[in-house]
Amino acid sequence: MSGKVVKVSGPLVVATGLADADMSDVVRVGEQKLIGEILTMTGDSASIQVYEETSGLGPGAVVETTGAPLSVELGPGLLENIYDGIQRPLTEIRALTGHTIARGVSVPALNREREWYFTPVVEAGAEITGGVILGEVQETTAILHRIMAPPGLTGTLKEIRSGLFKVTDVIARVETPAGETVPVTMMQKWPVRVSRPYRRKFTPSVPLCSGQRVIDTMFPLAKGGTAAVPGPFGSGKTVVQHQLAKWSDVDIVVYIGCGERGNEMTDVLMEFPELIDPHTGEPLMKRTVLIANTSDMPVAAREASIYTGITIAEYFRDMGYDVAVIADSTSRWAEALREMSGRLEEMPGEEGYPAYLASRLAQFYERAGCVECLGGDGRRGSLTAIGAVSPPGGDTSEPVSQATMRIVKVFWGLDSSLAYARHFPAINWLNSYSLYLDGLRPHFDQTYGRDFFANRDRAMALLQEEAELQEIVKLVGQDSLSAPDRLTLEAAKMLREDFLQQNAFVELDAYSSYEKQAKLLSVILRYYDLCSAAIGKGYDDTLSLFSIGARERIGRAKMVPPEEYEAAYDLILREMELQINDLMKGGEEL
Amino acid sequence: MIKEYRTISEIVSPLMMIKGVEGVTYDELAELELPNGEVRHCKVLEVDGDTAVVQLFENAAGINLSRSKVRFLGHPLELAVSADMLGRVFTGMGTPRDGGPEILAEARMDINGLPMNPAARDYPNEFIQTGISTIDGLNTLVRGQKLPIFSGSGLPHAQLAAQIARQAKVLGDEAANFAVVFAAIGITFEEAEFFVQEFNRTGAIDRTVLFTNLADDPAVERIATPRMALTAAEYLAFERDMHVLVILTDITNYAEALREVSAAKKEVPGRRGYPGYLYTDLATMYERAGRRIGKPGSITMIPILTMPEDDKTHPIPDLTGYITEGQIILSRDLYRKGVNPPVDVLPSLSRLKDKGIGKGKTREDHADTMNQLFSAYSRGKEAKELMTILGESALTPTDLQFARFADEFEKRYVSQGPEENRSIEETLTIGWELLKILPTSELKRIRTEYIEKYLPRD
Repeated sequence: MSGKVVKVSGPLVVATGLADADMSDVVRVGEQKLIGEILTMTGDSASIQVYEETSGLGPGAVVETTGAPLSVELGPGLLENIYDGIQRPLTEIRALTGHTIARGVSVPALNREREWYFTPVVEAGAEITGGVILGEVQETTAILHRIMAPPGLTGTLKEIRSGLFKVTDVIARVETPAGETVPVTMMQKWPVRVSRPYRRKFTPSVPLCSGQRVIDTMFPLAKGGTAAVPGPFGSGKTVVQHQLAKWSDVDIVVYIGCGERGNEMTDVLMEFPELIDPHTGEPLMKRTVLIANTSDMPVAAREASIYTGITIAEYFRDMGYDVAVIADSTSRWAEALREMSGRLEEMPGEEGYPAYLASRLAQFYERAGCVECLGGDGRRGSLTAIGAVSPPGGDTSEPVSQATMRIVKVFWGLDSSLAYARHFPAINWLNSYSLYLDGLRPHFDQTYGRDFFANRDRAMALLQEEAELQEIVKLVGQDSLSAPDRLTLEAAKMLREDFLQQNAFVELDAYSSYEKQAKLLSVILRYYDLCSAAIGKGYDDTLSLFSIGARERIGRAKMVPPEEYEAAYDLILREMELQINDLMKGGEEL
Repeated sequence: MIKEYRTISEIVSPLMMIKGVEGVTYDELAELELPNGEVRHCKVLEVDGDTAVVQLFENAAGINLSRSKVRFLGHPLELAVSADMLGRVFTGMGTPRDGGPEILAEARMDINGLPMNPAARDYPNEFIQTGISTIDGLNTLVRGQKLPIFSGSGLPHAQLAAQIARQAKVLGDEAANFAVVFAAIGITFEEAEFFVQEFNRTGAIDRTVLFTNLADDPAVERIATPRMALTAAEYLAFERDMHVLVILTDITNYAEALREVSAAKKEVPGRRGYPGYLYTDLATMYERAGRRIGKPGSITMIPILTMPEDDKTHPIPDLTGYITEGQIILSRDLYRKGVNPPVDVLPSLSRLKDKGIGKGKTREDHADTMNQLFSAYSRGKEAKELMTILGESALTPTDLQFARFADEFEKRYVSQGPEENRSIEETLTIGWELLKILPTSELKRIRTEYIEKYLPRD
């Protein structure tokens, strides 16, 4: 069944003679067989969004439907790969067409030639339902790929084999209750716009450890949660996203470069194989899937890229893994949506974005969560979604930021004035928030002691107080403040400079474990308490208090290597006590 | 056999509608022949059945609906490229403007290019010494980077760009195969002439390709001009293995031409009337900078744009900043103070600096001193603000030192004049001398061993 093109306007093509095609089917357009997707249907004519450049296409060109919606291939071979927005492997495309991406290239997402060693974990005769783990493949040194029965398949396992197989080889046969024998391969296909099924969802209760102090301690994210990182350009959004992709204690990371810079993806491609995951000791690339639809690549495929990414993430979640999806940037995705909507001549909503922008964003973030997977063994997986937002001019009153903020539970607001002062990560502690604090509290209390949470709250209070005091200082100067207020300012400055600031490009500082963060925070607050006590006893030479030797050592404390920090911090604590006592004695003598 | 159509049904400059066409494809180039034999160019924006909507690149004046002929050429807008382009001047549409002969094409390239495969990019990490402290020391440029200059009307962005073009070199690779591709987009004759004279003066003209669309040339032609320049640059960089510096000035004029066409097409406008696809459109130009794995050449891009009302949140600088790898921002305040180049250090940024500096590239202490200078200058400026409100007496002794640092920093580090070419060592030395103004205990961002090694002693 094939139709004919009647109209071409950029990535939008209208074709007639497609009465047999279904809504959302993937079609091949023209001689070059460009990939497209049906967006609307009227009678036998269809509006098609084409995922590749349509230059050279005209009326009369043939359109063929593939009879299936836009789908991804799921199976061994996903990890360590880099795909474009519609899951075409970019490394293989490079081998075919050189440095640029030619049009109409067709390469299967999963390598059809490569063989994997499949080890069954169930035996023939077992009763199978969708999601049951049939066997395992050691996909990379870091990740064991669990081969599951595709959702919806029920029956008796008639046969299962072990050995080296290609992804399309039959590894098992299942007889359905209807008496039909279904062959099972390691590869499944799944439509990207449909979320993969699970048994049930839970409220997230375990923190995601990212090694970033301002995130983990101040505004923690839960595994299975959602977060947004909005910020103007130059405020370090991408560095924050890269840090999360590098150091998060999840099993799998799917990184979606959606309409962003090509060099950023190259950076990830070059750096991740060299970096070692502190949690497993394996190179980070072994647990990473990259989706790159950079800003110069076709805009329609950009729209598809975040669905491609999250579907791959859901597949790994279904194996019982903790997965993080990091999308940079959802604003570019929204712009792609706007461009297609404009070409379809839909009635625009706010700022030209389509009226369904908010519901589409909500659908995307709602695919995150903590779930009990299908398969009846009670295994749990989680999918954490983190999206960057690039508001025009840094003004978050625009539709994409506003729609995102209504959905996500964690908001890390980046601030350009902090970035100018080279305070990185430039997450503004005054307007950021995490709604997971209460849910995570039992976990924190149990793991790091009750002090941790109390210290966090005290630190936040000090920072708040600082903001108020700064207003006064601006009017009357620092000299007119009382000694306790001067101490508050000093302690808040220490929190900012010695705790919140973290240099992503210095090896010793890039990652900080929860234990180290907790201890560093307690050292700073202990200093505050000791000074506060001294001032309470009438000692008011704050300048001397602020220039004791231990104070400067706290300033360099975050650079202490992970294996030495405990001893080093204890030493600072002891010195601090001695030095402040000495000062007070000297004071009494006068 | 190319068909000629005399079926133009409508002209609303710069758009034209032609009825009864056959076999026309999207983005195809067409020629329009006027009754007097004059030929103009246009490209297909939309084909709907037998109707084609085309966009004129030149003026619509003088076109007669019934007597003008349209020929569709079957290919998109192309540029004839060859190494002979070096030293020549072209119009914004790529035809010679200097009275010289047509270029004998070694290849004809589609000016839209193809998206570069992210897996085939080579990460830019070779330090380019521009001889300008604020760039080398604080916002380091590397080969293959796209680093725009955000300027305002009346600021010396042209001098800065010319100084970079003149002084830029890669350390230890002085004999490099270097070329400049310059695109004047809607700027005045005088401004374009400044660059031509500057290239003449330094002898760089023989290694330069100029594309000039001046202020009185048709505005819609400006949409093609930067793409012509980039196509020439891609040819020189990736077919001829040269290191190409592309200067595009002024992107604001380009975006305005784009807005003009979008308004004529009656598209739903985005912010300030610019089309919603401005980001994507700019990205398809900027992203053509870079390096490719296995190719020795590179394209480094310096787009210049004047921010309307010096407003960084205006859509043009805003969207540019989201695509490029940093930005150099010029400040009117500094310029008034006589600081030249008036680079506003704090909001300026080079995203690729961390890959281009450090041991083996510049010097081991570069990153630490850079961070220290930034934060010290930021604190110094805050102290100065406080001083203007409350007077000097309200500052602590340390804050006074920071305020003094900020003044000296602007005077000695930022200001250097258009002729001074500082080596990276000189830049780093000035940085250390300035840091000496501050107490050592405040130099928290520098590793102790570097302080011991580099901080000048009395």
